[in-house]
Amino acid sequence: MSMMSYERKYRVRGGTLIGGDLFDFWVGPFWVGFFGVTSVFFTLLGTALIIYGAALQGTFNIWLINIAPPDISYGLGFAPIKEGGLWQAVTICAIGAFVSWALRQAEISRKLGMGYHIPVAYSVAIGAYVTLVVVRPVLLGAWGHGFPYGIWSHLDWVSNVGYQYLHFHYNPAHMIAITFFFTTTFALSLHASLVLAALNPKKGEPVKTAEHENTFYRDIIGYSIGTLGIHRLGLFLALNAGFWSAVCIVISGPFWTRGWPEWWGWWLNLPIWS
Amino acid sequence: MGYEYQNLFTRIQVRGPAYGGVPHIRKTEPREGKPSFSHLLGRLGDAQVGPIYLGWTGLLAAIFGFIAIEIIGLNMWASVNWDPVQFIRQLPWLALEPPPPHYGLRLPPLNEGGWWLLAGFFLTLSILLWWVRIYRRSRELGLGTHTAWAFAGAIWLYLVLGFIRPLAMGSWGEAVPFGIFPHLDWTAAFSLRYGNLFYNPFHALSIVFLYGSCDFDDSVGSPFKICFGA
Repeated sequence: MSMMSYERKYRVRGGTLIGGDLFDFWVGPFWVGFFGVTSVFFTLLGTALIIYGAALQGTFNIWLINIAPPDISYGLGFAPIKEGGLWQAVTICAIGAFVSWALRQAEISRKLGMGYHIPVAYSVAIGAYVTLVVVRPVLLGAWGHGFPYGIWSHLDWVSNVGYQYLHFHYNPAHMIAITFFFTTTFALSLHASLVLAALNPKKGEPVKTAEHENTFYRDIIGYSIGTLGIHRLGLFLALNAGFWSAVCIVISGPFWTRGWPEWWGWWLNLPIWS
Repeated sequence: MGYEYQNLFTRIQVRGPAYGGVPHIRKTEPREGKPSFSHLLGRLGDAQVGPIYLGWTGLLAAIFGFIAIEIIGLNMWASVNWDPVQFIRQLPWLALEPPPPHYGLRLPPLNEGGWWLLAGFFLTLSILLWWVRIYRRSRELGLGTHTAWAFAGAIWLYLVLGFIRPLAMGSWGEAVPFGIFPHLDWTAAFSLRYGNLFYNPFHALSIVFLYGSCDFDDSVGSPFKICFGA
């Protein structure tokens, strides 16, 4: 049930970063490993803390549960558990779980003799989260600048922080991030639809291969990036979307404190036309 | 070689003879251009450039798209009294605005949104012809028409913003202006008008799908590259 006929040969020993053979075994289809254990530990603890916070708050309405960061007055110190300390603990658990998961990906990559592309890619997403809840609050001098954990509350945070800078769409890094998000979706839809179109032709037609995929794009735009290139491009676009998202928020406050529309004044005042 | 090939940007380029492409199913016009090779493109993906299929729908799409861009650009230029320096300087702020609300769905004079309607008309024509091109090229190569329908998803968003929603609201003035900062202003004004757009459940879904695309590109792109050693 839990193992395909060909899967046994992949169940090899080694590749661990920590703990040697200690957790080098499988439970059903899952490989355990040291970072599997820490992932589960931080996930369960963090979830339990959120449930505790909901109990303190007095609601289990999924939309309204809110784990808020400490007041700005606590600066970069520890806050009492009911005054934002819970948010700090949940943040530690979240980072612990995310980083454990990235290292778990690295261990499994090593075990299978693969490159580290997956943990590297995932690390960019972790980097964006850490930028929001650690780097920017530290640069601004208070944990209170982190975002609250809650469905409605994090939306309010995004809206409020955006309007603090009058019009966030004028943030140049935000523009780049949005463009990468849209382009990623665009590229993924073109790539996915191309592969599905080659595999699902009209009834009675034989299934097509990469030759047809290349010809389709050369016919349409005169260039086909190719089966390997599209995945390089896709990873480049996706990682840039996450990277520039982090940039656009970390420069808001630590680097620029006024409205973002005003930032563009440098362009209007270039010496070539003023 | 095996180890060197495991870099993100491999320096090894395999170059065979140019490939003219699989034959079309029906006899249509031949492809244009002699294929060439670009070393720089080959560092990222395929080195071969061309040939391309021209065709009437593609040609007309390009012409109508050019007309739309010209209408937008010339209107913006006119708005700074044809001053070329101010055109470049203020370009990100310049707009071709839709008609004011009191025109409703009637045809306004050219300089009060008429040009906006015309630009939108030609742009829409161009986009729809490009859709036809994608559909016909797919069938000509014996492929499914998935890409055409994927493109239709984007066209749906474009038409909702510039045509369907204004029609439903009874005024062209509801539509998005052409221009870099002006379309951002429209977006912010739209969001504020409805309180906080993040609470719109469909906006939430849309964001999740956008993020999901990135995550998916990450998670499919990277193993694929690992499997192929690059």
